[in-house]
Amino acid sequence: MPRAFRPRRLPEVGVPGRGAGMMKPTARWRERLASVVRLFGRNRMGLVGLAMLGLAIGVAVLAPWIAPYDPETTGRVTIDDIYARPSAAHLLGTDDGGKDVLSALVYGARVSLVVGFAASLISMLIGGSVGLIAGFYGGRVGNLMMRLTDIFLVIPDLPLMIVIVAMVGPSLWNIIIVIGILGWTGTARIVRSQALSLKERQFVLRARAIGAGNFHILRRHIFPLVLPLIVTNTVLVISLSILEESTLSFLGLGDPTTLSWGGMLNFAFTRGAISTGAWWALVAPGLGIVWVVLGCTLLGNALEEAFNPRLQSHHLQGEERMIARPAQPGASDA
Amino acid sequence: MTGPDGSALPTRGPGVLLTVEGLCKRFPLPRGFIGTLTNRPTEAVHAIDGISFELQRGEIMALVGESGCGKTTTALTLMGLLEADEGTIRFNGEDVTHLGRSVEAPRATIAALERQSFRREPSFQPTLTMKDLRRQVQMVFQDPYESLNPRATVFETVAEPLEVHGLAGTRDQLLERVRRALEDAGLHPAEDYLWRRPHELSGGQRQRVVIAGALVLEPILLIADEPVSMLDVSIRAEILNLLDDLRTRRGISVLCITHDLGTAAYFTDRIAVMYLGRIVESGPTQAVLAHPLHPYTRALLSVIPVPNPRLRRKRMILTGETPNPVHLPRGCRFHPRCPIATARCAEADPAWREVTPAHSAACHEAVAPG
Amino acid sequence: MSERPTAPPLLDVRDLTTRFITPEGVFHAVEGLSFQLERGESLGLVGESGCGKSTAMLSLLRLLPAAGRIVGGQALLDGTDLFGLDESDMRAVRWHRISMIFQGAMNAFNPVRTVGAQIAEALVFHGLAQDRGEAQPRVDELLEMVGITGARGSQYPHQYSGGMRQRAMIAMALACSPQVVIADEPTTALDVMIQAQILELLERLQRELGLAVILVTHDLSVVAEVCHRVLVMYGGVLAESCEVDGIFNQPLHPYTRRLLAAFPDLSRPEGKLVSIPGYPPRLNALPPGCRFAPRCEEVHERCLQERPKPRQVLPGHWVACHLHEAGAANDRT
Repeated sequence: MPRAFRPRRLPEVGVPGRGAGMMKPTARWRERLASVVRLFGRNRMGLVGLAMLGLAIGVAVLAPWIAPYDPETTGRVTIDDIYARPSAAHLLGTDDGGKDVLSALVYGARVSLVVGFAASLISMLIGGSVGLIAGFYGGRVGNLMMRLTDIFLVIPDLPLMIVIVAMVGPSLWNIIIVIGILGWTGTARIVRSQALSLKERQFVLRARAIGAGNFHILRRHIFPLVLPLIVTNTVLVISLSILEESTLSFLGLGDPTTLSWGGMLNFAFTRGAISTGAWWALVAPGLGIVWVVLGCTLLGNALEEAFNPRLQSHHLQGEERMIARPAQPGASDA
Repeated sequence: MTGPDGSALPTRGPGVLLTVEGLCKRFPLPRGFIGTLTNRPTEAVHAIDGISFELQRGEIMALVGESGCGKTTTALTLMGLLEADEGTIRFNGEDVTHLGRSVEAPRATIAALERQSFRREPSFQPTLTMKDLRRQVQMVFQDPYESLNPRATVFETVAEPLEVHGLAGTRDQLLERVRRALEDAGLHPAEDYLWRRPHELSGGQRQRVVIAGALVLEPILLIADEPVSMLDVSIRAEILNLLDDLRTRRGISVLCITHDLGTAAYFTDRIAVMYLGRIVESGPTQAVLAHPLHPYTRALLSVIPVPNPRLRRKRMILTGETPNPVHLPRGCRFHPRCPIATARCAEADPAWREVTPAHSAACHEAVAPG
Repeated sequence: MSERPTAPPLLDVRDLTTRFITPEGVFHAVEGLSFQLERGESLGLVGESGCGKSTAMLSLLRLLPAAGRIVGGQALLDGTDLFGLDESDMRAVRWHRISMIFQGAMNAFNPVRTVGAQIAEALVFHGLAQDRGEAQPRVDELLEMVGITGARGSQYPHQYSGGMRQRAMIAMALACSPQVVIADEPTTALDVMIQAQILELLERLQRELGLAVILVTHDLSVVAEVCHRVLVMYGGVLAESCEVDGIFNQPLHPYTRRLLAAFPDLSRPEGKLVSIPGYPPRLNALPPGCRFAPRCEEVHERCLQERPKPRQVLPGHWVACHLHEAGAANDRT
């Protein structure tokens, strides 16, 4: 794949004109946002990710209008309705209960996305605070927190989740909390390492020399610089949470009152979709999961690059196209 | 000094502003697991080892030395960001040595600054009295690319000290004070700079913003740690002139820490040369430059490049680099690198003595100029 | 210095023009830069940061960031135009005939490999040895050359001081016995004493190995100490170029004079430092006339409209300034 053309910041080339400095803070904010949007916009894969996620969210919000059938109401089911092939009436066929797979898919998006967003919000809050405190304050408390993180990190998530869900019961909120509580370790580690390196920066020492306390430094100098990282990480955690919810539901530990994509897979799998060759009942929710997870990943990666332009390479290159014109004596004009 | 309300600012005028006596700062090295088991004695980096000097009001003094000589540790100790192990620091006649007990800066910061490794220690909230000192002693850091928060506007950076000290007042008052500090630091019209972020400023402008941030509290002592070493030579002059100007106009004393005697020569009244945690020579700038007493000073002077090829001269290049301050040499600590060392130098640590009025050195061989 | 005074220069750069093409506009980083480098000569390339001096040197090696384009000119190394070579031939030039000590490169050593191993690796990579064992004697020789005893080659970069890492970097640059060494700000981050040691080392290597050295720096005094000839750049163009003595004792371009006045000089301590007001031009929005005109004290009407071309005003003394056209007649060839 040819690399997209990205501009590089050049070594200091004079001073920006007066115009830029004259702007009021609000305008500057807008400008900064615009620059992030611009950088983000250059990343085609990021836009694709955003579109994919946007479509999924749109479908979830507008489910009652999009879904051709109401999954709650059960009409009369005949034998022909069970695992019916995709047709004009049922675009994605029907499931073992004779219900429309497309409608289930559309409504399932709601469950999967709610779990994904809510669980990653919990992860972000826990991981962000643990990481900030452990990284910035360090010392005994910080070490203790990181050992705790390590413990959470080495325990295999899935068995623990299964045990906890089996104990507290598989309601939607329980699942959200369990996923959220087990999913913060990555965020905590990343935030901690960033906070650790930030607190050694000279502008933090300068703040100390001014007489600023820890809370001030944390609020003014550490948090704003860690925030983009937390946001980016959250987007990636969303996809993880959705995957975990699907896994739990697939294993039959999902909320029995709502049908998520994982639950659809579970029903199809346990109720003979494979033996009857009803591939649509498996492929539809599977693709739904892949769609959202891929969207989140692409978006997350693009955000990472937009917030942190330094990730773009600055390597010197020795390519032939560097010489725009074959050199001829006297070819250049002064 | 001042009451908690900060009402009684010390008067400006002649007299001693800062007295440092026998200041020591050691950083114990980690003993390691085996060392702890065998109870091996803890070794320490003798970052500063008994330095004494006085700074007059309205005086600009340079502390000169190579990296690793302890000059940055001295600055951080004076700022109260490190606590002295021994000795006293008197500011305006009051002992402020242990005010900073609770606000040690993170170890790794200092390690990065001094390229040495130190022990970890927890940091706590600063005390109220320390805050008062902070208003009067401000610091300018070496690297203007690093000492500004990349996300903060110039206004936020300069206003920050006022907010920290609860002196912000109304938005208009705050804006006015920030504007005045920027203009004082030579950034005018200030409106052009208020809403910029560091990446929109040149190196010289950034250093001016840092200086403005220090000036906004109206300090009476400015500690400048290598204020120009990261800047292009063509811009250095304006920052040095600015510091000189602040002294003239506002009577601010400046302690300038630098490795470059050439820079120091230009705008300081007095020079103290440091080597391995000690001051080896100190005196009026002109005297030190014209008649350096210590061989180390002579060597430093001889290697300063002179921008005139007709004056190319024999450089007195010392071999090697400053030795490790863990195992200090016996006798004079400079003798292993000293071109004029005698047997006595390896045995006896030379005493600090005044060779000519106000011009002192710690060298057995130092003699007054003929 | 060369045996035959009529021999062509080792490196003859003519009208080098390099631009960066970015969405923010075209940056004219180097415009019509010409200079010669004789064998065994030491040339100082001086200018403020962002004046194009590093870009000019990277252009010679054809190592530019992706947005960089060499849009004109020639760089004749012993008569061969470097810009006409294909990439594989160019690889045979880099490091083998022209090597470069990059700015801040002393911090570019891999921290988990010994310094000796990294130099040996470079030798193997450039085909000067079959394996590391075979490279070892040469590694020792190179380290010896820069004043590092062979035993220290088996140490790791963190055991080296800044000055020693810079020495090791110089050893690396000498690995393929190049004819030209370009040193980009080799002493900028170092203490004065270490700076003096490194400069002394460069001088000695140049004498002993007959190297031609291009010293890129913002520090005029460093140039005064070690260089034979000086080239002052401003805003991507040549401002003045001549023998080192001329620059310091008979500077003609107003920029050179201002630059000298901004310097701390211990030999004339009574002088006050005067900085140059204003800022270097933005290379994507250049003034129509002379690039220094907005900051120049001696600016004329003509300076604002017409770009001055470099002219040989005195023998070997080139200036690009409308004020100095007296010797222009000599130049009309």
